[in-house]
Amino acid sequence: MKMDRRSFLSFLIGGAAGTTLSPLPWKLTDDLAIWSQNWPWTPVPAGGEVTFVETTCMLCPGGCGVTVRKVGDRAVKIEGTPGHPVNDGGICILGLSGLQLLYGPTRVPAPLRRAGGRGENHWEKISWDDALALVVEKLAALRENRLSHTLACISGTDGGTVGRLMERFLTAYGSPNFIRTPSMRDAYEMTLHLMQGVQASAGFDVENADFILSFGSGILEGWGSPVRMFRAHSAWKEKGVKVVQIEPRLSNTAAKSDKWLPVNPGTEAVLALGLAHVILKESLHRKEFVDFYASGLDRWKNEVISKWTPEQVEAVTGIDKSTTVALARSFARADHPLALCGRGKGSTPGSIGEFMAVHALNALVGNINRKGGVWAVPGPDYIRWPEVEMDATAAAGMQQPRIDGAGTEKYIFARHLLHRVPEMVTAADPSLVQALFILEANPYYTLSDSALLKKAWDKIPFIVSFSSFMDETAQNADLILPNHMYLERYEDVSYAEGFNKPYIGLAKPVIHPQFSTMHAGDVILRLAKALGDPVQKAFPWEDYEGCLDDTFGDALETLRETGYRVEADFAPGSGYPVFETASGRFEFIPEEIRDAGMQAMVQPQGEEPAFPLILIPFDSQRLANGYIGDPPFVIKTVPDTVLKGDALFVEVHPETAKAIGLSEGRAALLATPKGQARVRVHLFEGIMPGLVGIPTGLGHQAYDGYLAGKGVNANALMGPVEDGASGLNAAWGIRAKLSRV
Amino acid sequence: MKHEQAKKYGMVIDLDKCTGCGACMVACMAENNVPFKEDETNKLDSITWMRVYQLTNGKPFPDTDICYLPRPCMHCEGDHGHSPCVSVCPATATDYSMDTGIVSQIYTRCFGCRYCMAACPYHARYFNWWDPVWPNGMEKYLNPNVSPRMRGVVEKCSFCYHRYQLAKDRAFMEGRRELEEEEYQTACTQACPAGAIVFGDLNNKTHRVHQIVQPDPAHAGRPKNPKAFRLLERLGTNPKVYYLSSREWVRRSGDHYLPHEGPGGGH
Repeated sequence: MKMDRRSFLSFLIGGAAGTTLSPLPWKLTDDLAIWSQNWPWTPVPAGGEVTFVETTCMLCPGGCGVTVRKVGDRAVKIEGTPGHPVNDGGICILGLSGLQLLYGPTRVPAPLRRAGGRGENHWEKISWDDALALVVEKLAALRENRLSHTLACISGTDGGTVGRLMERFLTAYGSPNFIRTPSMRDAYEMTLHLMQGVQASAGFDVENADFILSFGSGILEGWGSPVRMFRAHSAWKEKGVKVVQIEPRLSNTAAKSDKWLPVNPGTEAVLALGLAHVILKESLHRKEFVDFYASGLDRWKNEVISKWTPEQVEAVTGIDKSTTVALARSFARADHPLALCGRGKGSTPGSIGEFMAVHALNALVGNINRKGGVWAVPGPDYIRWPEVEMDATAAAGMQQPRIDGAGTEKYIFARHLLHRVPEMVTAADPSLVQALFILEANPYYTLSDSALLKKAWDKIPFIVSFSSFMDETAQNADLILPNHMYLERYEDVSYAEGFNKPYIGLAKPVIHPQFSTMHAGDVILRLAKALGDPVQKAFPWEDYEGCLDDTFGDALETLRETGYRVEADFAPGSGYPVFETASGRFEFIPEEIRDAGMQAMVQPQGEEPAFPLILIPFDSQRLANGYIGDPPFVIKTVPDTVLKGDALFVEVHPETAKAIGLSEGRAALLATPKGQARVRVHLFEGIMPGLVGIPTGLGHQAYDGYLAGKGVNANALMGPVEDGASGLNAAWGIRAKLSRV
Repeated sequence: MKHEQAKKYGMVIDLDKCTGCGACMVACMAENNVPFKEDETNKLDSITWMRVYQLTNGKPFPDTDICYLPRPCMHCEGDHGHSPCVSVCPATATDYSMDTGIVSQIYTRCFGCRYCMAACPYHARYFNWWDPVWPNGMEKYLNPNVSPRMRGVVEKCSFCYHRYQLAKDRAFMEGRRELEEEEYQTACTQACPAGAIVFGDLNNKTHRVHQIVQPDPAHAGRPKNPKAFRLLERLGTNPKVYYLSSREWVRRSGDHYLPHEGPGGGH
């Protein structure tokens, strides 16, 4: 065929007309439009039946009830359970993020055995049988060599069945070294023991108090059961309850309080004694309590009156003497005044003198075990397992002193002194700890004086973590036996921090385990079985659920239904209770520890002039600083005045910064006797001059890219300061130096 | 049948109660499938439908004071629905609903010109500079009621509109046209542990939000409650989020007032 101009044009035009009339261009345009709205890489969440499961949050000791919304077999949202006695529908920032922990990349997917050097994070997946066999082999060998007491367990939990199973395992095996992680709970328990003669936790009837005097307690920073405190705070605002916050930095609590008293750091106890001075001198105390139910007042009064006049208090604390007098009067004249202590979230115990001084204030106004006061809440009584029958090895092991010295002559009132362990381990050769279990705790991150801790760590030959997450401790262990995380397992929660009624919450499996994990309770039972008698004999249960069934009996069914049990009408005695001290009265100066109340101040470590400033760690509700690290949602809420890129900001008063030649955002070197770190400076008018405020909860090395490597771990710059009277860690700060770089 | 009265959903946040804990921010992120990146410290590109700001009174130690201010989308009514963002959107990707008073955002219509972001005086709108990435396995918690967004679109607080739809559906199934106050609540309101957020229909006299705020219809909804204020009141954006504070300096920081002016001062 000849191709002339005419036929070429006909072909072209005909072709164009044909194509236009065909569906092709329209189809292509439509496809293009659809394609441009197609984002196959953007997930489309699957639908399904919506169900709700009620359980108990275990991310902190708050004991909140949470309701998990499920779509099909996926958990999609955690919300507070309305009507729950602790949190009544409210929920905190961390509790909301639980699903990021459940499904996140920080989970330990299966039993892991260390493949490289410790901390190198090279792991080999092994079967559960092999993993348990490894532990059994090690433990059997230790026991054979009569070294059963060199097994220790650091546990974040001690009252519920899992903590008690672990403790029981250690007992039957022959080790007294079950060590609970430290918190203000230690100091409060000791205070109640010494002053009231009871083994109990402190509960606070915050809802009914009408004057709150807080000695640095981060009521809005995560102290106690956080959601409960937030709710109480809102109720205070509605009722016009006065809140006075005593601390050197303008925390959220201080900002929300009616009066913020910026006290010189570490002198809070002196202010408490100064208030007692005024109350006693002006006879503002409640005589109907003090005269009939307390003893030792005269002796205590003499010391307080002679030593802590408002003038002397002003010299130490920096609080104007007229302020002290006015505060004491308004505190004593309120109907239900309540004094609180435990700094920040209460993650460090504190000095017993300080706790006793504050508790004595409550006693002066008669606010012990009564409406709006401090209640002694007895420990859980539902675990009634038969006594462990120890064989000779176990008995011999149990006769050995505890590695942390708790209960020995020097630390007679202390039950757990974890901060002493690194020192004790490094001091002895061979190490006093040959095998270490870690349950629901992250001591590798949370213990202060990281340098010493690392030395101690290196001396412990066998470290087993039960963590669900790849936290610092797990990362530096030899073997990880991952527990189900709290949304995948049954576990009783025996305690809600600061709650004033006996309470049990039940965590329930919301979702089937996502990984090859095993309940820590089952691991303990299987280890016991594999070790054989006599250890095995102490555990007459098939599995953990069998143990729960046996422990609660018929009550378990109701607990499963409601999710919690609370003694709603619990009252610690009608009117004033009988105290169980030797005198049967409240002791203002317990004989056993009589000088402690007067040695309430604890000096920070370090000397001037090498360290001219004082570093104080501060807590925030947006930074979890305990066993759990911040999930991505929570770290996202951290302000850019705290964290920018990977750099941490420390808070400094503008004058202090100026004297060093630092301006907003400038990089600086922060040094303490325990370590140093590069930081940036945030100028803050709300911090007392001469101090450096460092946020806690950052500087993780483990978890995931959303958290690891961000900021500085405040614990690494701090060191424990032992309270002479109690042995508890009372460090509230450390001397520091900030310099330009 | 009686004609349904138009709703005007709004919020009042009690800044005396707000503790700055951030639960509202995270409740929102969890409910609305808000993405997150490894580094969220550049707050200009950190997507937070609800963001808690810190205000300070600027006084020296020890008279310093701070206050937290949670900021969702204000769902401005402007003048008869002419909210700043709606007026500038060339794609009708955002619209003011006269039925609910909610400013919508339709992701599939948005082509990312970001005029609305420039127009919004509250910085309530965020742009997806990147595609969302959930770490392996984490996409399992995504809420099927809210579609995850893609790179190149703007997103913002919707007053949890999907919850409104669900509540309406449920009511319809039960043969009701009207919702009870507690049937439709946003995720942040539900989560707030301090109970600082109250949400409801500003047009409904039985709703708490109306009772607290006492909006004045003659003055574009300005609150009659002397403790209540709105952000940038004098811009005339007519926002539906109100704040309560007993502190004068906090109320004053709601707008750029001259020394002799005050939050009650008017235009």
